Amino acid sequence: MSEEKKVAIKKIQATGLMRKLMADYFYELDKASKEGSPKVAWCTSVGPAELLLSLGFLVYYPENHGAMLGATRTANNYIPVANAIGYSPDICSYLTSDVGAFIKKETPLSMAYEGIEGVPKPDILVYNTNQCRDVQEWFSWYSRELKVPAMGISTYRNIGKIENYHLESIVNQMKDMISPLEEISGQKFDIDKLRHFLTLSYKCTQLWKKILETNTARPAPMSFFDATIHMGPAVVLRGNPQAVEYYNVLLKELEERVANKEGAVEGEKFRLYWEGMPIWGKLRDLAEFFIGLETAVIASTYCNSWIFEAFDPKDPFMSIARAYTEIFIVRDENYKEKYIEEMVHKYKIDGILFHDAKTCPNNSNNRYGMPERLEKKLNIPVLTINGDLNDMRCYSEEQAKTNIEAFIEQLGAK
Amino acid sequence: MNNFVGIDVGASTTKAIIIDEKKEVLGYSVVNSGADFKAAAEKALKKSKEDSKGKVSNKYSVLATGYGRRNVSFADQTRTEISCHAKGSFFHFSRAHTLIDIGGQDSKIIKVNDSGKRTGFKMNRKCAAGTGAFLEEIANRLQVKIGKLNELAKKAEKTIQIGSYCTVFTATELLTKIREGIEVKELIKGIFDSVVKRALEMDPLEGNIVMTGGVVAFNPFLVNMFEEKLDKKIFVPPLPQLTGAMGAALYDLEAKGGKNA
Repeated sequence: MSEEKKVAIKKIQATGLMRKLMADYFYELDKASKEGSPKVAWCTSVGPAELLLSLGFLVYYPENHGAMLGATRTANNYIPVANAIGYSPDICSYLTSDVGAFIKKETPLSMAYEGIEGVPKPDILVYNTNQCRDVQEWFSWYSRELKVPAMGISTYRNIGKIENYHLESIVNQMKDMISPLEEISGQKFDIDKLRHFLTLSYKCTQLWKKILETNTARPAPMSFFDATIHMGPAVVLRGNPQAVEYYNVLLKELEERVANKEGAVEGEKFRLYWEGMPIWGKLRDLAEFFIGLETAVIASTYCNSWIFEAFDPKDPFMSIARAYTEIFIVRDENYKEKYIEEMVHKYKIDGILFHDAKTCPNNSNNRYGMPERLEKKLNIPVLTINGDLNDMRCYSEEQAKTNIEAFIEQLGAK
Repeated sequence: MNNFVGIDVGASTTKAIIIDEKKEVLGYSVVNSGADFKAAAEKALKKSKEDSKGKVSNKYSVLATGYGRRNVSFADQTRTEISCHAKGSFFHFSRAHTLIDIGGQDSKIIKVNDSGKRTGFKMNRKCAAGTGAFLEEIANRLQVKIGKLNELAKKAEKTIQIGSYCTVFTATELLTKIREGIEVKELIKGIFDSVVKRALEMDPLEGNIVMTGGVVAFNPFLVNMFEEKLDKKIFVPPLPQLTGAMGAALYDLEAKGGKNA
């Protein structure tokens, strides 16, 4: 009785296909990097990827690489290297682990994919500050280091109602990028190509939304921890037909699970919402821990952040601007609170878990009293755990697990 | 007659308490947790039996709590110390309240409603500021025996201001105060005040307040300082260090004791 329950995570069969798609994606980038063609653009996760694709770039996402450094638990080998050159341990640990890994000339890509020696060399670095200021600093470091131009979009932040001037500014910034991007890629901008990639991105995002919404079923077919892995194609392959193909397969599998009442967590007793970044180095560990507690973490702001409802090929620039501005992280506290409230009702959530990620203030929404307000308003318990996306020095295993276990005991108390 | 054992394997000390079906305490003990939690739990159980002077029956079950709860291989079940503290606290103070437990490595603030149900809790962040470990570190720096802190703090005439953010920062702050010639008793009262401030940073501390934990057990003056700061009377249960163990024993009684629970 006193031992932790031994549990197994239920395998999602589509995972094999996803691994193949991801491998193809990285090999294609590696080839382009080695041959110098097509040109490679580095882009922030919610940057103007469709514009870059339409200009013939292959697009690489350093944030995805950061998540890999976290998930492979190698980030802490590299964070101190970046700290030593003046990048504080208090700033984004994606940035510090990625920069540190680059300095040490190491990458999990070479561990996973034979023949890949490093991350693909960029021809251009394109950011959008809708995520945070750190992405700009991150790309600026590479710009100085590799002598590659960096350009970006500055997005208004902490927005309640989205006004036209917010969007027009972004449309203008995107249009201003076209000429320098054409010069680097050697291709002329073609609005129909942009419409084509936007159509594919929209299909991808709609499927991803449906996939996440399968978790409205009880029991939920997929855990948050599964979803953070399976969102890979939505992040790096949106705008590509492969992502659409993959999500059709995954959706079918999850719908079958729903029809068979097969939950990701056997004997699902409680349903939680995860607010904040994943703790990449502890995904499996936490997934198993929650299974042992018969608790399903079934919805999250993080995975929802790759749903871009506004994409509209009929109005490409404006709709991209809207899609990349209306995401949660860009919005004000009132919007965020209302958003989580809606999710709690939609997914029939029993409790909310806030992850206060030490190095990611923009994704740590517990810091301005929201847990306390939501607890009172929704009359459901809320817990904050301290940790980080990548820097495991900020995560106390025992403390986090005791907090989670006590939280589940509280949910279970009559 | 069946007996029920609660064992709280904390970061610094391991507490055991044995109760009967009428919730009467038969025996208890506190031992150092050291580096072998299972051995500490066994020792605490043995000493509690000795303390009962033969009143413990051969039929008993065990519920383990605290950081080392999973190491107690002879326990029938486990529960977190947060649930057990709330349970133990409500047993002694059966009204809605906020519990402040100051343990060896962490501080907990737990809300309990008027039917004894836990409605929320907070634990300190990773830093040990405001905990027993914090007081030990400071006592060591000042070369004062930990058992003398209460007495010295009581003698201080004024409260000097010391931060509550981080144990290491506080130790550095103390160096400045020592250089300024501030007396040890005043430094210690300042440290107690820092513990109060740390708790106030965690929660507004409204309504009835109960305090438990080893730090409270050995430093009653700290409770007085809380009372002064909050301008209200604070309830401290008997055996405040054993509140979690008592809660564990009560949960054990509920699970195993049938209708008598």
